[in-house]
Amino acid sequence: MSARRAVITGLGVVAPTGVGVTDHWEASLAGENRIAAVGSGPVPLAGQVRGFDDSEFVDSKLRVQTDRWTWFALAGAHLALADAAFDPSMENPYDLSVVTASGSGGNAFGQREIQALWNQGPKAVSAYQSIGWFYAASSGQLSIKHQLKGACGVLVADAAGAIDALAEAARLVRGGTEAVVTGGTEAPLSPYALACQSSETALSGGADPDRAYRPFSPDAAGYVPAEGGAILLVEERDSAYGRGAPTVYAEIAGTASTHDAHHVTDPSPDHRQYARAMREAIARAGLAPADIGVVFADGAGSRDRDEAEVAALREVFGARRVPVTVPKTMTGRLCSGGAALDLAWAALALADGVIPPTINTTSTDLDLVTEPRLVRGLSAALVTARGAGGFNSAAVLTRP
Amino acid sequence: MSSRRVVVTGLGVIAPGGVGREEFWNRIVDGKPAVRRITAFDPSPFRSQIAAEVDFDPAAAGLTPREIRRTDRFVQMALVCADEALADSGLDLETADRDRMGVSLGSAVGATITLEDEYVVASDHGRDWEVDHRHLRPFLYQALVPSSAASELAVRYGAHGPAAVVSTGCTSGIDAIGRAFQLIQDGEADIMITGAADAPISPITVACFDAIRATTPSNDDPEGASRPFDADRKGFVLGEGAAVLVVEELEHARRRGATIYCEVSGYAARANGFHMTGLRPDGHELAEAISAALGQARLDPEAIGYISAHGSGTKQNDRHETAAYKRALGEHARRVPISSIKSVVGHSLGAIGSIEMAACALVLKRGVVPPTANLATPDPECDLDYTPLVAREVRAGHVLSAGSGFGGFQSAMVFSGAA
Repeated sequence: MSARRAVITGLGVVAPTGVGVTDHWEASLAGENRIAAVGSGPVPLAGQVRGFDDSEFVDSKLRVQTDRWTWFALAGAHLALADAAFDPSMENPYDLSVVTASGSGGNAFGQREIQALWNQGPKAVSAYQSIGWFYAASSGQLSIKHQLKGACGVLVADAAGAIDALAEAARLVRGGTEAVVTGGTEAPLSPYALACQSSETALSGGADPDRAYRPFSPDAAGYVPAEGGAILLVEERDSAYGRGAPTVYAEIAGTASTHDAHHVTDPSPDHRQYARAMREAIARAGLAPADIGVVFADGAGSRDRDEAEVAALREVFGARRVPVTVPKTMTGRLCSGGAALDLAWAALALADGVIPPTINTTSTDLDLVTEPRLVRGLSAALVTARGAGGFNSAAVLTRP
Repeated sequence: MSSRRVVVTGLGVIAPGGVGREEFWNRIVDGKPAVRRITAFDPSPFRSQIAAEVDFDPAAAGLTPREIRRTDRFVQMALVCADEALADSGLDLETADRDRMGVSLGSAVGATITLEDEYVVASDHGRDWEVDHRHLRPFLYQALVPSSAASELAVRYGAHGPAAVVSTGCTSGIDAIGRAFQLIQDGEADIMITGAADAPISPITVACFDAIRATTPSNDDPEGASRPFDADRKGFVLGEGAAVLVVEELEHARRRGATIYCEVSGYAARANGFHMTGLRPDGHELAEAISAALGQARLDPEAIGYISAHGSGTKQNDRHETAAYKRALGEHARRVPISSIKSVVGHSLGAIGSIEMAACALVLKRGVVPPTANLATPDPECDLDYTPLVAREVRAGHVLSAGSGFGGFQSAMVFSGAA
């Protein structure tokens, strides 16, 4: 029996780097810094999705029912399906699914409605509060919009969630689902959401966009928050080739997740569970560390977390200096959208044989890719992510 | 095809009317509704002023001041339930391979109470859009992103396996156990601490269901307000609570001599792709989920001896569900006893699916089916055996539970008598 294999055939990027794969990839390879000043609140800098016209992707009726975070997901799914030239209406809807990662839900929507309640009373609360704010809103709306009627999912694992969602998508495809819309988006830059994040000690207080988020640098001072993410289309490999999918970017060769189980707020001083996630993902892909051509690292941007990541990479890769990149240095960290964006970057890197750069930082410990790097025969990428509280997830994507 | 089988070896429950597994079981078998006028805040401005509240004191339940300070009520209930479930399982954490032990916790609305309370302070009663973060309490990031609940459990028990919160709205409680089941089947874990928790009884949640008239306005009769399948039902009663199940790979459980409640034998989820809150009357997608779950368990409909219904008590749900049972089970739908414990413990959104799975495990073990309370005058369109008012002795070999939620999600799970 030939086993069913899961591949990525569509990318829908809605991120500070751009809306749509073309703009996103061009900006990424140019190493453009999209971190900029944001308002007057407690968080001076953020990566915003600029030039995003929600009316282009979401009709006015749906717009009032949904938060910006869901608009990103709707736009991302539209773009991913177009990129894959995949028409869900041609398929049996029960063979299609959606699994998204969720982080903080519909922040601006929820804030507006709580404000209405406390200012004006219960009758001022929107009839859509019950469906606009909650963590399942994006998966639900995508299911309805594209008639994805198979098993649908929503996973929350902070910034690691999108890799878990990808793993779930691959599991569904192995189990018989034809295609899965997956990924994650986040819109955490509304006032209350930013205020909630300001309690995070790992948040950078810096006001210089070129110096505020510098993972692996000796003067790393925390991370900059960002909005956006990516939606990916995952399909069964033979079906994708059979229908003539325009681009089969990458195969989902192996995934794994672990938890530090150390402390809910403080990072673990022990890197071993993070290393185990990487090692198991590589092993499940049937590969060895030597086969990995690039690592898309988590790049938390604080000294202790960065040191743990270096230690984990050393444990897995030994003396070999594997190329490492953190293209999120161009955007900031997007919570549940971040790993989805890293997966999109990795898919593009495998398809084009070029590693997108890390900007604004250097490392003496790692072979940090700071300029776009052409790699002949780049065949496997390791994407890793950590979530606040101790989540570690890893995925190996291979060139199909 | 997977040969790894998955069993339930521990249960912990916190539900309205009873903290702890035995109190919960006695309550649902008695069919005595635990619904009252809301005490968590003054409900008088709201259309629906009643709820199924839990008398839960986190300190009395054994949580430390620090644990209480950094967590929302839904996390607190999950922690206390998990302690009960692990004690029940007899699992020795010292000798267990905790790299192979993970967490899959469902929650529909996470730390709503904390987020609303803090916003009210920081915005000065909703006056300021730009909130002053200096008035916020610490640990608010952990409230903002509810995966912190899975981390709390992982840290508490040193579980280094895969961990996540599953948040598919009102099917979260089934889907979280479904994820645990699949991770064990696929060999990614041997033990999962799974279940769900929700503490949604806050002004914003009550207001959001008021706005769509989903909750009942029967404020003058709290105990009679949750009436699934009854002709006089007027909407659901908001609840709160948690259930945690220890599930593990069958051989793993056997090797350590664990007492096994039942086997997780089938799970499937579908979406209706129709509407975020509306349901088509034909119940087609829920029927699909039920048939797929039965198929996975390799069971004919006739094997099912009890169904734990979603039975929320809204007009549309109960008819939708009745249609789904007829479609999926054929003639057997008319013979099998069905009940909704939401008539007693209300609808705790994401938590209820796991609370109902805990009830299913106890039904298999104890041979008693809890009744649907308040079912005095059955809706003629809900013409199945919904076990009105009085518990029944039923020796079921296999039980089915169904869930339906916002987003159009429909989930079904089958538990089978001890392997």
